Amino acid sequence: MSASAVASGAAPQRTEFHVLEEEHHEPGGATHLGFWIYLMSDCLIFAVLFATYGVLGASLAGGPGPRDLFDLGLVALNTTFLLISSITYGFAMLAMYKGDQKRTLQWLAITGLFGAAFIAVELYEFRHLIHEGAGPQRSGFLSAFFALVGTHGLHVTFGIVWLIVLMVQVTRRGLIPANQRRLTCLSLFWHFLDLVWIGVFTYVYLFGVLR
Amino acid sequence: MSADHAAHGSVHDHASGHAHDPHAAPHGTFQSYVTGFVLAVVLTAIPFLLVMARPIESAGYTAAIVLVCALAQILVHMVFFLHMTPKAEDGWLLLSTIFTIVLVVITLAGSLWIVFHLNNNMMPGGIMDDMQMEAPPAN
Repeated sequence: MSASAVASGAAPQRTEFHVLEEEHHEPGGATHLGFWIYLMSDCLIFAVLFATYGVLGASLAGGPGPRDLFDLGLVALNTTFLLISSITYGFAMLAMYKGDQKRTLQWLAITGLFGAAFIAVELYEFRHLIHEGAGPQRSGFLSAFFALVGTHGLHVTFGIVWLIVLMVQVTRRGLIPANQRRLTCLSLFWHFLDLVWIGVFTYVYLFGVLR
Repeated sequence: MSADHAAHGSVHDHASGHAHDPHAAPHGTFQSYVTGFVLAVVLTAIPFLLVMARPIESAGYTAAIVLVCALAQILVHMVFFLHMTPKAEDGWLLLSTIFTIVLVVITLAGSLWIVFHLNNNMMPGGIMDDMQMEAPPAN
């Protein structure tokens, strides 16, 4: 009974509906969700690095601890840079929705500058730590610290490279749908990095100094 | 059988019959960005002030407030900057995010819990150092 019903009713439809579904999509229609799932996998990388830091954070091997090393004023400055770059990227997106190419590029440039300032302060901090003999090879705590904070910094660096590439693309081709899609993806990436930084400054720096 | 088929049909009609593109990324407005930014600044300033000036003596209470601020700020970023809504991408965005949060919690809590017990059972510090001083038992 059920076999005949399937054969008579559903067979012609079954060959069609998947194909029809696909043809309704715009090119790149699934990009937003796909990119989000990439970000979630990136989130797992950071989770593992946070767990490593949590496990090794107290293994000082007789070396300097968080309280001796971290300068919270510098971290507050860095946090401010990243937070401002987040809202300036938001303004770039708003300009993009209005189709204002010049404003979009201006806000993107400002975002890139704040991102670069963040990286500059972080490199200064790393250089200072290594200069004091607190490099990644000093203790388990410092290995985990450099791995976690360094991975975040590397993400921001690649975000800046991506931002510059997109600025060139927008300058040459304008705010075409493909460029709007790319800018949307980078906005997710950029805001996501700011979100990870909340975890870093809370767990690594503030808790480190509290302990 | 036919009722079952009809139900399937309506599900597919619903999925393909959206007036707007369900895959379009949700937009923010000027107001939502500014609201998010102000909230984020406040939720960043509070923990930094608490740790740098230490108005609260107890490290435990300070840590608790700092943690609450961080979790609140993560929510603020998700809502005002990443524009996450329960209905975005037909719910798949929320589902994948919840799945990731579950994995992150298992990874973090599991690692810390296990290593805490490991450290306890390995007797770190003085006892361990004393034991290492002794010669290993000859077998």
